[in-house]
Amino acid sequence: MSYNFTVSPDFKPDLISGWFVFNTWLQKQLDSNIHLELHNSFKELSNAIDKQTVDLVYSNPHDISRLVRDEGFLPVAKPKSKPDEAIIATSAESNVNSIEDLSSAISIAQTDAPDVNTIGMIMLEPADLAKDELQFIDCATYVVIAKHLISGDAEVGFFLAEAFNELSGLVQKQLKPLISSKIHMIHHALLVGPKMHDMIEPIQKLLLNMHQEEKGRKILSDLDIADWEIMDYEEAEFMIDLMDTLVT
Amino acid sequence: MQDMNTEDIVGDYAEHTLTFADSSTRKIYTSNEETYFPDGCLIVSRTDTKGIITHANKSFVEMSGYAIDELIGQPHYILRHPDMPPAAFKDLWDTLNRGEKWHGYVKNLRKDGGFYWVYATAIPNIRKGEVVGYTSVRRKPSLKKVKECESLYPTMF
Repeated sequence: MSYNFTVSPDFKPDLISGWFVFNTWLQKQLDSNIHLELHNSFKELSNAIDKQTVDLVYSNPHDISRLVRDEGFLPVAKPKSKPDEAIIATSAESNVNSIEDLSSAISIAQTDAPDVNTIGMIMLEPADLAKDELQFIDCATYVVIAKHLISGDAEVGFFLAEAFNELSGLVQKQLKPLISSKIHMIHHALLVGPKMHDMIEPIQKLLLNMHQEEKGRKILSDLDIADWEIMDYEEAEFMIDLMDTLVT
Repeated sequence: MQDMNTEDIVGDYAEHTLTFADSSTRKIYTSNEETYFPDGCLIVSRTDTKGIITHANKSFVEMSGYAIDELIGQPHYILRHPDMPPAAFKDLWDTLNRGEKWHGYVKNLRKDGGFYWVYATAIPNIRKGEVVGYTSVRRKPSLKKVKECESLYPTMF
């Protein structure tokens, strides 16, 4: 039997090769045929889930609800100490210095990363802006968001904190973070679909032992993951409930 | 639940006796000291089906002024401030009992008698079709909405 693996489309481009190496390693360890297919957008990923062509997924927290509650996926593991946090930033030259300073219609530059956008909207709430005062500029990457802010096309941008911190010094100097989330409880997770339910324990065992071997440590490093932690069903449900409270 | 302790109260205070839906009462002390919601944080707690706290995150501990051990096992109404109209909590429980999500602006009472405003969301935790508890997430409210509530809530008693 062969299986299909995919990774949430919000992965950093320089991690692509790391995910392919991880997939090759996992195939060998499980002695199974696993095909890695990367999707270019969350919409494309959603279509693949609709067609039930995903068996193993490193999922964005926003998608975990649907995968677990509607599609029969089960949690396997989560990256250790790697919560998804967001930053709202503006241009360094802007007169806006806090969220509460945003008092009229604004343009928001964002990617299609649903968890970052959800957290971003939550952090904007204290500005008390009406929905019809918000205009969104869809961007392919966080660098494009930065360009919109620097050029003045957008007042604020929603960044994954990790991505913001990895912008070049030159770009960061031209930006001003207004607020950073400190939620600590929202993160990506590795999930398996119904075809792979009986492989949860073997996969968990492999992931927990990865850091003990040199090759495993190299793969983890290439994925920007320090280590894995087991994620049980109730923890996934808790995160789903938490995400549910954030969606208005 | 134990009455509040005057030794924990900071500054001038007023005394009140609250009566809760389960008919229990608690003597509390309130001051006018406001603690502002920390930027970027969420206060997260879970309760069992009877409203007893089973989980509280770090922000909850810091904002409430209680130690984690003083929160776990206590009714969530340990945070109840006398300025909150009972109708708000009736609406909360009526909404949750319908299996729906509840939103509202809430003035919470701290251990030291002070208060903090939140925008709260509560949902039932449904597992295998049954409600096994509730999750409440509180976030920073808009100042405008808080001012509206400060005018509205006194008219709801």
